Amino acid sequence: MYRYDQYDHRIVAERAAQFRDQVSRRLSGELSEDEFRILRLQNGVYMQIHAYMLRIAVPYGLLSAAQVRKFAHIARKYDRDYGHFTTRQNIQFNWVKLQDTPDILDELASVEMHAIQTSGNCIRNITCDEFAGVAQDEIVDPRPYAEILRQWSTFHPEFGYLPRKFKFAITGAANDRAAIAVHDIGLAVVKNANGEVGFRVLVGGGLGRTPVIGTEICDFVPWQDVITYVESIVRVYNQYGRRDNLYKARIKILVKALGIEEFRRQVEADWEFTRGGPCTITTEELNRVSAFFDAPAYETLPVADASVVAFQDENKAFANWMQRNVKSHKVSGYASVVLSLKKTGVAPGDVTSAQLDAAAQLAERFSFGELRVTHMQNLVLADVKQSDLAELWQAAKQLGFATPNIGLLTDVICCPGGDFCALANARSIPLAKAIAECFDDIDFLHDIGEIDLNISGCVNACAHHHIGHIGILGVDKDGHEWYQVSIGGAQGNKGSIGRVIGRSFSFGQVPEVLARLLQVYVQHRYDDERFIDTVRRIGCEPFKAYVYETPVEDDKALAGVEYELLKVGVPYDMPYYSPRF
Amino acid sequence: MIIKNKAVVADDWTVLRPDYNDNPKQVVVPSGKIIVPFDVWQAQRESLLARTDLGVWFKSCDRPEELQEDIARFSVIAVDFSKFADGRGYTIAYMLRERLGYKGELRAIGDVLRDQLFYLQRVGFDAFAPRADKDINEAVKGLSDFSVTYQASNDEKLPLFRRVHRGVVNE
Repeated sequence: MYRYDQYDHRIVAERAAQFRDQVSRRLSGELSEDEFRILRLQNGVYMQIHAYMLRIAVPYGLLSAAQVRKFAHIARKYDRDYGHFTTRQNIQFNWVKLQDTPDILDELASVEMHAIQTSGNCIRNITCDEFAGVAQDEIVDPRPYAEILRQWSTFHPEFGYLPRKFKFAITGAANDRAAIAVHDIGLAVVKNANGEVGFRVLVGGGLGRTPVIGTEICDFVPWQDVITYVESIVRVYNQYGRRDNLYKARIKILVKALGIEEFRRQVEADWEFTRGGPCTITTEELNRVSAFFDAPAYETLPVADASVVAFQDENKAFANWMQRNVKSHKVSGYASVVLSLKKTGVAPGDVTSAQLDAAAQLAERFSFGELRVTHMQNLVLADVKQSDLAELWQAAKQLGFATPNIGLLTDVICCPGGDFCALANARSIPLAKAIAECFDDIDFLHDIGEIDLNISGCVNACAHHHIGHIGILGVDKDGHEWYQVSIGGAQGNKGSIGRVIGRSFSFGQVPEVLARLLQVYVQHRYDDERFIDTVRRIGCEPFKAYVYETPVEDDKALAGVEYELLKVGVPYDMPYYSPRF
Repeated sequence: MIIKNKAVVADDWTVLRPDYNDNPKQVVVPSGKIIVPFDVWQAQRESLLARTDLGVWFKSCDRPEELQEDIARFSVIAVDFSKFADGRGYTIAYMLRERLGYKGELRAIGDVLRDQLFYLQRVGFDAFAPRADKDINEAVKGLSDFSVTYQASNDEKLPLFRRVHRGVVNE
C-alpha cells in the first residue's frame, strides 16, 4: 500500500498542528461556532446529537494492520470502545471530545492517517473497488490513480469552499463495485483499442434528495490528463454550481440545468488552458506510486485446495461461509475473504476495539498485513491462501466476523440514523437490528439469495437507499418516524434508482412489509433469479399490490423505546453499539 | 491596515460599497484612491477612464473575463467575500492571474479570516483586508500554516511531483 514520504508526513503533521490551534481558538472563544463549524467539518468533526463525531479518512478503503490497531487504541482511549465503518470506506468515532481531537490527529499521523476533507463542501475521500488489485475481472489497478488524485485533492486551494460536497469513486474492473454512477465524478479505468490506459468519466451522479445516475462526459481521458480534466470539471462547478439553495447545490443539478453537451463544452473550454500543462501526470510519478501497489509475494499454489473442498462437503456452515464470504482471486490458490460486520444484534459496520485488534492480527496472519473497508461496511482480507481458509473461518467465527451473509438480506447497509445523527428523521440501526432478528435464519436467507437492503435515516441517503434492491428511507411525519420503502434500485454496471412503492410505514410494520415483498418474489422467481431481476421482469405492481392488499400489523414492541423519549436524551447506560437499543 | 506581501502595512485605498439597490450608473465615485465595484466600472466606464487612481472589485458572481480589455489599467483589483464559505472568489483570483495575466495587487476583502488566508494566497491573492473585528496581527499567521503543498496553483506552477524528487521516507 502507499507509504508516506517526507512531504506527506510534513503535510499531515502541519495539518494536525493547524487544527490544534483552531480548536484552542474555538475553546477560547476567539472563533465563533459559525466560523469554526466549517473548519471542523473540513477535518471530519461533526456535532451529533450526543457528542462530537470524528470521521477518519481511509483512502480508497485500504488499511495496514498497524493502522487498524491505532483505531483500536483510539476507540479505547478516546471513545466508548468501538468505531463505525461507513459506506464511504471511512471509519468514524461517535463519542469523542472536541478537546481530544488534536491528540487523536497526532496519533493518526503516526500511522500515516488523517481526517482531512472527510466532511465539508470540498473534495471528499476518493473511494475505490474493494477488490482492487485482486479481482479476476480487473482491467487496471485503480489504486495508483486514486492515490494520485488523493494528493491532488488534498488542500486544493481553489476547491476548499465548493457549493456542496464533492465525491469521487474509481473502478478498474469490468464490474463496477464502487458505485461510480452515483458519485459527483465516477471514473472507470479502461484501455482503448491501442491498449493505452485512460478513464471513462461520468459526472453528476448522486443520491440524496434528487437521485441521479451519472452521465458520461468523456469516454476516454488518457491517464496523463486525468488531473487536468477533473480539475476543469470542478472549476466549472465552483463557478456555476448553485449556492442559493442547499438542496440544489450538487453538481448533478448544474449538469441537469446546463445539459451534458453545454456542460461538456464549458469543461473542455477550460481544459484547453491546462491540457498537457504542468499538471499532466508523468510516467515517473505513476511508476513511483504504482510501485506501492505491487503484488505481494504470492506463492505458487494449485487452483483449488483439496482439503478445503473436502471440508466444505462435510461442514454445511463452512460451505455457507465459502459461498457467501469468500471471493475468487486472480492468483491461483488464493481467495479474498469478507469479514462480515453484520452479525445479528450488532449495528452494521460497528467494531469493538478488541475486534479491531483481532482483525489486525488476522491480516498479519493470513493476508500480508493489509485489510480493506468495503462500501457495504464490511472488512476484506484480500490475499488469503485457500489452504488457510478453514483456519481463518474458525478464527473469524470466534470473533463474530463469520456470519455467512455477504450480499444477503441481513448484510444491511445502514447509516447511523436517529440514534446519533442530528439530520436523521428516523432510526436506522435499531430497524436494521429488528430486521436482522426477524429474518435470522441462514437457510431462509440463502434461499432468498442476493439482495441489497439499504436503510437511510433521512434523505441525505448516507446508506444509498436509492440503489438498494430494497431501499428504506426514514421520513418525518408530524414529528414521528416513518419509513418509505422502494424497490428496484441497483448499484453496479446496471445501476438504477429504486421506485417508492407507496405510503410509508411505521417502524413496527417494516419487517412485515419486507416479508411480503419477499413472498411476491418467491412466488414469481424463475429458478435462481435474483430479487432485483424478478423486480425488473415483472415490475413494481405485483409487489405493491400485495403489500397494500391487507392491513400491515404494527408490531409496537419491535420499535422498542418510544421515539419521543429519544429526543430528550438517553436516560440509561449506553451499550457499546448504540445508545438506544 | 492590510496584509500585503505577508506583512501588516498601512493602506490608503478606500473600497466604495454602494447600497445594494443603488443604480450603478448613478453611484458617485469620490475623488482619491477608490476601489469601485465592477458594475459601477462597467456602467460609468466612459467617464471613469480618465481616472488613474481607481481600483475595481468583484462580487463572487461577477465574471472577471469581462474586464479583460481594461485589466492592464488597474494596479489594484479586489475580490469580495460576502461569506467566507463562498468559494467562487478563489476561482476568480485564479482566472485573473492564470488566464487574464493580471500582475497587480489582488486583494481579498469582505469576510476574510485567518483560516482561509493560506488558500487565498495560493490562488493568487497577495493582499488581504481581514474582517474589521479580527486582529490583523493574528490573521497574518494564517499565511504560514503549511510549508508544502501537493498541487500546482498560482503560487507554485508545478505540482509537488514535478517540484521535488519524491519517495524519500523518514524525516
